[in-house]
Amino acid sequence: MCDQTFVAATFGPCESCGNASPLMNIYIKTDPINYCSFCVEMMACEGLQRGETLATLKTESQSLKKRLDEERNKLNDVELHQVAEKVEVLGALSIKTKRVLKGHGNKVLCMDWCKDKRRLVSSSQDGKVIVWDAFTLNKEHGVTLPCTWVMACAYAPSGCAVACGGLDNKCSVFPLSLDKNENLSAKKKSVAMHTNYLSGCTFTNSDMQILTSSGDGTCALWDVESGQLLQSFHGHTADVLSLDLAPSETGNTFVSGGCDKKANVWDMRSGQNIQSFENHESDINCVKYYPSGDAFASASDDATCRFYDLRADREVAVYQKDSVIFGASSVDFSMSGRLLFAGYNDYTINVWDVLKGSRVSILYGHENRISRVRVSPDGTALCSASWDNTLRIWA
Amino acid sequence: MAEGSRDQGGVVGTTDPEEDSPNMIVYRKIEDIVTRIQDEKAGGVAIRTVKSFLSKIPSVVSGADIVQWLMKNLSIEDPAEAIHLGSLVAAHGYIFPISDHVLTLKDDGTLYRFQSPYFWPSNCWEPENTDYAIYLCKRTMQNKARLELADYEAENLARLQRAFARKWEFIFMQAEAQVKIDRKKDKAERKILDSQERAFWDVHRPVPGCVNTTEMDIRKCRRERNPHRVKKSVYGVPDDGQSQPSPIHISSQPTRKPTKEDVQKEITFLNIQLDRHCMKVSKVADSLMTYTEQFMEYDPFVSATEPSNPWISDDSTFWDLEASREPSQQRVKKWGFSLEEALKDPAGRDQFLKFLESEFSSENLRFWLAVQDLKRRPLQEVASRAQEIWQEFLAEGAPSSINLDSHSYERTSQNLKDPGRYSYEDAQEHIFKLMKSDSYARFLRSNIYQDLLLARKKQPADTEQGRRTSLEKFTRSVGKSLTGKRLTGLMQSS
Repeated sequence: MCDQTFVAATFGPCESCGNASPLMNIYIKTDPINYCSFCVEMMACEGLQRGETLATLKTESQSLKKRLDEERNKLNDVELHQVAEKVEVLGALSIKTKRVLKGHGNKVLCMDWCKDKRRLVSSSQDGKVIVWDAFTLNKEHGVTLPCTWVMACAYAPSGCAVACGGLDNKCSVFPLSLDKNENLSAKKKSVAMHTNYLSGCTFTNSDMQILTSSGDGTCALWDVESGQLLQSFHGHTADVLSLDLAPSETGNTFVSGGCDKKANVWDMRSGQNIQSFENHESDINCVKYYPSGDAFASASDDATCRFYDLRADREVAVYQKDSVIFGASSVDFSMSGRLLFAGYNDYTINVWDVLKGSRVSILYGHENRISRVRVSPDGTALCSASWDNTLRIWA
Repeated sequence: MAEGSRDQGGVVGTTDPEEDSPNMIVYRKIEDIVTRIQDEKAGGVAIRTVKSFLSKIPSVVSGADIVQWLMKNLSIEDPAEAIHLGSLVAAHGYIFPISDHVLTLKDDGTLYRFQSPYFWPSNCWEPENTDYAIYLCKRTMQNKARLELADYEAENLARLQRAFARKWEFIFMQAEAQVKIDRKKDKAERKILDSQERAFWDVHRPVPGCVNTTEMDIRKCRRERNPHRVKKSVYGVPDDGQSQPSPIHISSQPTRKPTKEDVQKEITFLNIQLDRHCMKVSKVADSLMTYTEQFMEYDPFVSATEPSNPWISDDSTFWDLEASREPSQQRVKKWGFSLEEALKDPAGRDQFLKFLESEFSSENLRFWLAVQDLKRRPLQEVASRAQEIWQEFLAEGAPSSINLDSHSYERTSQNLKDPGRYSYEDAQEHIFKLMKSDSYARFLRSNIYQDLLLARKKQPADTEQGRRTSLEKFTRSVGKSLTGKRLTGLMQSS
């Protein structure tokens, strides 16, 4: 059989079994492979049986991708905006700033509405998390986290707690006390632990589970009470920057977007990646479901926002303009899904007609990048968070 | 692509793998724009020397010209949009007003100049305070009115003198050397270079109150071309080793080559996608349009809200009405769109439950609600709650026995051997379909629903419904107390 003596040029972890040992540096077609001698034997035997090597697998994968594209293109019989020509044109929108929330001492990075339609939580670069009654401009709670860049915050469905995290790689839950004098930090509960920054977090339909996304390339579902990891989601090949839960009552899916330019749809029960979309030319900063749950939108550093339908399994619209050259950081739909609000790094919010693909309005007012836009739960207002240290409510 | 001299300071060439980092994408787009604007032969603006009093102002263009060009070449209809974009181009340091530190674009005769490619932000400058000190010092050495320090610059200089007290002699020498070099240059050239240098510092040491456009999103830092922002000096001053690299976020996962397993997973995934049955775009487009049109009357951004949008009128009546026990006709109408919509609304859920109770067939909905609740429980409680649901709805002789087909029943009882949050998924889906096709349709035709939809007043003396009425009264009172509890749970008292 095979002689075990050979000249080893390198020593290190075998690319097949992972064990540290003398490695044989060989080439399959043009692919360099560094396996230990045992794995080389195994591969040779397996190769003889199935003819599979990394190279042949890659070829198979490429041809499958090509076939998939062809199949999907057969269904692309018309463009969304063409079908939407018969929809009535929207009347002129008159959206103005109705509130300016001042109080953060540094860039506001994230915000989330409370289900009561008037309260919201916001977090900023200086570690502060504030709960506001946006209607009265009253600051109701404030917490200071020991880390800076609190990039994610979320309001619990019950309205009794908030979750937040960022450069500390964690997601912590703070129950909101009615006693103003009580120090919220004391009751803090660490729920999620990632190996890199926390980019997004959201409660599922109850206070008891949190879904998180992280710079470590994964998403995860956590049980709040025990802090236990219930499910993790692997598949992104770079930082995950955003996630959104499907709006259905019975739904068990969510979508995530990241620096690998991919938007992935996941099954929360199994951890499987169900669908994947790679159309953007740069990082996807935000993903958000269309209200029916059959479609979603994404915002990217390539200065476009895109709209994907899950049933057709493809991108069905691109929202872009020659004059829009700065990255889009955040998107959200109005209640009917007719309007798409997108916040950009050029300090503006563009309002797009989702069906027709045209821009219907530009909202000026912020003096630095928009980090997040969110429509209120009853659709009566839009909140925008910005690097100019303020939040604005638009209606 | 970018033109002009880029040799000072050892800038890397254009075939850089980090070209796709987010900041670079924007810089390249802006650079394309300013290159095109300056190209007079290809429809750019006219860059002229303007005569003013006793001197000439070389190489300038008016703000209005820039605005015009942007509108024409980037298909911009509103001048406000062109001014905003132009101001951002200025704020990032690509154009600048010749007589102001504040980098914005004005749509008038204000004169602007283009920045030298040497100073472009895409070169990843992160100039040290020593460079800034040299610059400010240099300015004080030259006796020119146009180079006088602004107040904030004088303050900065004073602060730097205190901070660098020990090496001030070195800084002074460097400044002198710079002045000597500058004196050798042609007068017009010097004017241009001085202004470009000033504009560079206006970007990196902005006027207090102005946006610092060099600030980075920390999540994207590590992929910058020069992640440690090695300090190359603007003036060629060697780094004395005291500078600290700016904080960046190090990746915890080293990029690795795709392994066989990765590609095999990919192949499996692609095969699943190929098997998936997808719809035509024409069909989904119709579906999206139908959904949107149906909900447009409920969208406050598109249709007027009754009574008024609280954020606009400062009157919260709209919210008070939502929370009240009498749902509006418009809201009730939504329950008729789909079973999903009815169950989404707590009031809709209550009414549907009430209807089913009147028919003595509420076990299906109560099962569905119990499974929803199970999924929201903390991990600890899941197993016991799952058992309770089995006992209540599915076990032999269960008090609220539901009707499951034998297949789902088998699957569910198997799942219960290791009870989890999703043990009842099959059963719940089955029951949902049952309700949708059967009791939901009847609910929509029922008096309970129709009365609310048409805002009919109840007729208690109506003999046709005599027997049902007393039962209705009973279930209504049960319903009300349930509704009350749920509503207070939602509302946070402040």
